Amino acid sequence: MTTLLDPTNEKRALNMERVGRPESLSGLNVGLLDISKARGDVFLDRLEERLAEMGANVLRYKKPTFTKPAPVDLRHEIAMNCQVVIEALAD
Amino acid sequence: MNRPALPDGLVVVVKRECETCRMVLPVLSQLRASGVELTVYTQDDPTFGAEVGALHDGDLSVSWHHDIETVPTVIRVVDGVERARTVGWLRTEWEMVTGASGLGPDLPDFRPGCGSMSVDPDLVDSLRVRFGASTLSARRVDVASAEDEFEAMFDRGWTDGLPVVPPTEARVMRMLAGTSRALSDVVAVVPPDLVEVTVEKVAINAVMAGCKPEYFPWVLTAVEAVCNDTFNIHGVLATTMPVGPVIVCNGPGTRAIGMNSGMNVFGQGNRANLTIGRAVQLVIRNVGGGRPGEVDRATHGNPGKISFCFAEDEVGSPWTTLAASRGVANGIDAVTVFPGEGPRCVVDQLARDPESLANTFASCLRTLHNPKSVLAFDAVLVVGPEHARVFAEAGWDRDRVLDELHARLQIPGTDLVRGANGIAEGIPTHLEGVTLPKFRPGGILLVHAGGGAGLFSAIIGGWANGDMGSTPVTREVTR
Repeated sequence: MTTLLDPTNEKRALNMERVGRPESLSGLNVGLLDISKARGDVFLDRLEERLAEMGANVLRYKKPTFTKPAPVDLRHEIAMNCQVVIEALAD
Repeated sequence: MNRPALPDGLVVVVKRECETCRMVLPVLSQLRASGVELTVYTQDDPTFGAEVGALHDGDLSVSWHHDIETVPTVIRVVDGVERARTVGWLRTEWEMVTGASGLGPDLPDFRPGCGSMSVDPDLVDSLRVRFGASTLSARRVDVASAEDEFEAMFDRGWTDGLPVVPPTEARVMRMLAGTSRALSDVVAVVPPDLVEVTVEKVAINAVMAGCKPEYFPWVLTAVEAVCNDTFNIHGVLATTMPVGPVIVCNGPGTRAIGMNSGMNVFGQGNRANLTIGRAVQLVIRNVGGGRPGEVDRATHGNPGKISFCFAEDEVGSPWTTLAASRGVANGIDAVTVFPGEGPRCVVDQLARDPESLANTFASCLRTLHNPKSVLAFDAVLVVGPEHARVFAEAGWDRDRVLDELHARLQIPGTDLVRGANGIAEGIPTHLEGVTLPKFRPGGILLVHAGGGAGLFSAIIGGWANGDMGSTPVTREVTR
């Protein structure tokens, strides 16, 4: 038998239950997160129009740069204010 | 295992196999007869030194924990604290340490000692495990004897696609001997999972990569250099572009550990170059959780994402080093990390004057990523010795070369705007009247490396630069 040392971070991913799918978006706060890639705003502008037609309150957010994860404060703000969030990738 | 305390008085460590130890036995008897507190430890034969009441250091724990490298060793201990020590036999030293006089009047004045069993190369690995492995906190993974450990490591997802060296306790303890840092020291917080990585975990991955202990400080420093907001390894990993950390090493230590800065500098065949870079990427993979197809979204990637690490040829360079140009004093070991793609060759066989060669370099640099992209990406320009000589003979120093290149890379907006030259890609049309530089100030990193024959150089293209992407980082190597 050979004993090896574990090279990984030895952490286990948490299985988190998904939030239930809302029956309707009407009256819900829907966050749109722009990751700051070129033309992501074009996509999100159109989504905002469609969501508004469905009665959602649209809140817009933007990452400072697409190359880095969203800052903790921004993620917290979205989590506090929104029931639904849509993150737009680009390319 | 706890460090055994030494008793007060004189402590002497000997072994029968050592001729000098046998020679000094009468001196030990002489000391004992004088009434001094004397404790003798014998490493090999438990009966050796029976006449002076020798104790057997059978597991070598006394020798190991008190850094006995030579026998005989004489230590004076007062209130549990070592006050003086001598090794071998030198009468004057023995008399100074013991406080006695007239020791061994029939002996020669001096005779060297022998190697302690606790530093015997055949024993040292197992001793390191015996006395140090309990301090390792990583989870133990037992691989059954019928299992192939190499396949077991593939199956667990620990490798970069190539076989890795099994990280046993003995190998990891040996790797840890390459640094003075405590194994529980946190080296960095590793993206993308943002996990604190300890010296121990880096050592495990360095073993797997195939590093020698003397490479380990370079690995630790490179891990520190990439895992921060400035270099932004998260973005370098996650991007669809084909980049990874390119590690350029400077300083006399590169030569001490046998790094390649010459022929085939980016290629196969040099253990230090290949394993240092590989260890950094294994840390990102195994500790940070950064794996291809998961957070790593590269469209093509590049073979250098296994490892891309090399040394600058400082000895043959006509210029100051890359590290010196980035604020590190000459003679200090340092790494510079750059988010780079694979190298591309620059061929110019005819240039014999610096202006002509600068024109070639600028023309090639101009096309980086897209001839119409400006200011967005940095580059490493690796100048081969035969090209560097053209500049050196004309008296162009590092700054002159860079100034001349930047001057040649000022591009009129008419060539850059969207649609110009039949290419949709480009800058907004309202910038048509502006002249823009291909590179930001400092955006070309000049390095001297490569084999002595061949009028070639190389360009390593970068990734999104500056605060919105990645900035090269230079750090001094800490041991």
